[in-house]
Amino acid sequence: MTLETVMQVALGGLLMGLIYALVAAGLSLIFGLMDVVNFAHGEMMMLAMYAVFVIWSMTGLDPLLQLPIVAAVLFGLGVAVYRGMIGRALSVQFNRGMVQIFVTFGLAIFIRGAAQFVWGGEFRAVTNTWLSDRSLNMGGVYLPLPQLAASLVCLAAFAGLLAISRTEFGKALEATREDREAVALLGIDRDHIFAMGWGLGAGAVGIAGVMLAGFYYVGPNVGASFALIAYVTVALGGFGSMTGALVAGVLIGEIEAITAAVLEPSLKQIGVFAVYLAVLLFRPRGLFGKL
Amino acid sequence: MDNSILRRRRHELIVGAVLLVAVALLPLPIKDVYTQNLIIITLLFAGLAQAWNILGGYCGQISLGHALYFGMGSYVSTLLYVQAGLPPSVGIFFGGAIGGLAALLVGWPCFRLSGHYYAIATVVVGEIGYLLFLNWDYVGGATGVYIPIAKPSLLNLQFGKDKLPYHFLVLAFAAATWLAAWLIEGSRWGYSWRAVKDDVVAARSLGVNIFSSKMAAAAISGFFTGLGGAIYGLYVGYIDPDSVMAGHFSILIALPAVLGGVGTLWGPILGAALLIPLKELSSSFLGGSGRGVDLMLYGAMIVIVALARPQGLVSLFGRRRDGSA
Amino acid sequence: MALLEIDGVSKSFGGVAANVGISFEVAQGEILGLIGPNGAGKTSLFNSISGEVTPDSGEIRLEGKRISGLGPVACAERGIARTFQVVRSFESMTVLENVMVGAFARTAHARTAMRKAMDTLEFCGLAERADRPAWSLSPPEKRRLEMARALATDPKIILLDEMLTGLTPTEAQAGVELVREVCRRGITIIMVEHVMEVVLPLVSRAVVLNLGRVLTIGLPSEIVKNPDVIRAYLGDRYAAA
Repeated sequence: MTLETVMQVALGGLLMGLIYALVAAGLSLIFGLMDVVNFAHGEMMMLAMYAVFVIWSMTGLDPLLQLPIVAAVLFGLGVAVYRGMIGRALSVQFNRGMVQIFVTFGLAIFIRGAAQFVWGGEFRAVTNTWLSDRSLNMGGVYLPLPQLAASLVCLAAFAGLLAISRTEFGKALEATREDREAVALLGIDRDHIFAMGWGLGAGAVGIAGVMLAGFYYVGPNVGASFALIAYVTVALGGFGSMTGALVAGVLIGEIEAITAAVLEPSLKQIGVFAVYLAVLLFRPRGLFGKL
Repeated sequence: MDNSILRRRRHELIVGAVLLVAVALLPLPIKDVYTQNLIIITLLFAGLAQAWNILGGYCGQISLGHALYFGMGSYVSTLLYVQAGLPPSVGIFFGGAIGGLAALLVGWPCFRLSGHYYAIATVVVGEIGYLLFLNWDYVGGATGVYIPIAKPSLLNLQFGKDKLPYHFLVLAFAAATWLAAWLIEGSRWGYSWRAVKDDVVAARSLGVNIFSSKMAAAAISGFFTGLGGAIYGLYVGYIDPDSVMAGHFSILIALPAVLGGVGTLWGPILGAALLIPLKELSSSFLGGSGRGVDLMLYGAMIVIVALARPQGLVSLFGRRRDGSA
Repeated sequence: MALLEIDGVSKSFGGVAANVGISFEVAQGEILGLIGPNGAGKTSLFNSISGEVTPDSGEIRLEGKRISGLGPVACAERGIARTFQVVRSFESMTVLENVMVGAFARTAHARTAMRKAMDTLEFCGLAERADRPAWSLSPPEKRRLEMARALATDPKIILLDEMLTGLTPTEAQAGVELVREVCRRGITIIMVEHVMEVVLPLVSRAVVLNLGRVLTIGLPSEIVKNPDVIRAYLGDRYAAA
């Protein structure tokens, strides 16, 4: 095993890890804000990927250029989902916890079915973009450009989320997270904050989806597999913690890459799940979470 | 001693008995295989949903990975038959036992997690099981396991082309899970779980400690789910990870209870009676292009019921136990 | 040996000292009043006794054995029952079912629990309401339900948190009678009240708390005349009078 191989694996893991971090960040944001796990998170990402595919196949527009469009669409979707469903779910009298779980879960199933219905079950791929099939050679280590771009964009988006948290709006988000009841007294419209939170969470996962479409296949089940990784990442990092999402995302990316290299690629998830189980048993609140 | 509780319980038993007899007699006038099959599958899911309901509805631990127990039940029972010659009439109970054991193992570390965390844990654990079985050659991997067709016998629980014995087998299964739920509802556990759901602080001040009873709920739920899985394997004659262990199966098991009413006695039954025929009919009508439509249907139904009627459809029939409509 | 010993119990919440060095004993079979102005630390002390909360320092002992820090379930098992200041009934259940939850603390059999619950409801005068949903009860009835539910656990001590507050004189009188009946059954009672006229005729002794500390302990007749107590409740202006 040469140094190049090790670097290859490590960097590959880092690149994927940053994407996972962004996906997890969106999930963690929503959860930290209102205690709702968005079980449709993966499916939203999948929609973003399909959107890229559709726009690309119709207009040939490169995914990189589509970024702002699709991100905005996903943002709008997040807000719509909140206003249409989640808001209502939060005010249910009976069995509120269960209702929250099932509403987003039902949405996930619906979206998955819709994708299958519209585009069929086969995988699609976005090919011949500016970056596809090109890679950077750093002393024997090959970094495919689509993955590299994806990780950089995701890192930037993550930084963007952090920057937002320092603005007035971000402070309002934080306040709402800390004490939902009190913010109403400060004139902060909780409903509006929640809707924006959902928009941001969906937008974040949309960005991840757009970049992912540059090198990953597009299919109705893609959302589910990424969602799984996202849950594990958020659980490892700690629900509600942005730092946790970043650290855990990179960790998960590395663990996955190492497991794929050491065992075999089809078993790469085993390493991730083993970590999840370990976290579950020994530190249920995750690395940075407050249970 | 008489009061509304005892009256209601008697009433439920009577209705249950009448329903049992009615469904037992149901296949007599029905001769076409399609309908017979539909009834059998509906009954199986009624039983599975009720088993899920014991843990998810009554005890309040929403498991989205129940397919694991179903799958393990079918695999264990099937493999014991195929590899060791153990007659299925005994093997199905081993399947149940494994299901119960697996549920205990999952429950023990996971029950201290609250609501969503627990749900996620069950999804992940279910996925782990699926991947494990998919890649494990001993159990047939992705190819699965076929149950060899044997001479019709009660011992082997094979009956050639005759569906009627399966009808009774599955009816017995559904009745057993219903009875388990009925017994639990009126027991100390049933009261403890309801108390904790209503007000955990007050419950604890009365000495209600539910960890051990959660484990019991998991074991019972897992047992019946595994048992159902074993019976399913026999009926269908073939099992593989995609049909008995995949995530979508977990949804299918929980769905009737959610639709009909979690934590209620009749909810899972009502839910299964509505959902399964709907599913079968829609996939027959829409055929190949129906791919995805059934998912859209489920998804929409879950969301609508969860938002509009979280107590489940069973609440449309008559008053809630506490007198509210 | 006293039934319950509070030994140097202190508890702070986020920098605010709710209880400071509280010490006193409760004898078997007595009705002890725990009084003091608002914010004196009465409910906080209750929470420590019933196990909701663990004291920062000090110990609470029941029949000589430590119970502080064991949690509410263990304390309930050992015979501590309580009512809550803001009633916490199980709203999805009937009155009978509510009390049955309490009865299940001592028996695993549903029939036995049911019978016990019915008997307790009769004792508390709620037998006619047995099949009504808990949410449909009037506020004083809900208080009785809390009491009945706690009694069904066959406690050694019952902590009553402002059971008689805000009742009409008739209701309060009925409540006082019920408390006396409970005492006659041999159950020890600690009552938190901040309406003196109601509680002082009822209790055998009273502990007065102020600003987290024990101000004084004594017979009702002494407490009423104690200038420190009067000052604590009414402020300096009235002390001289």
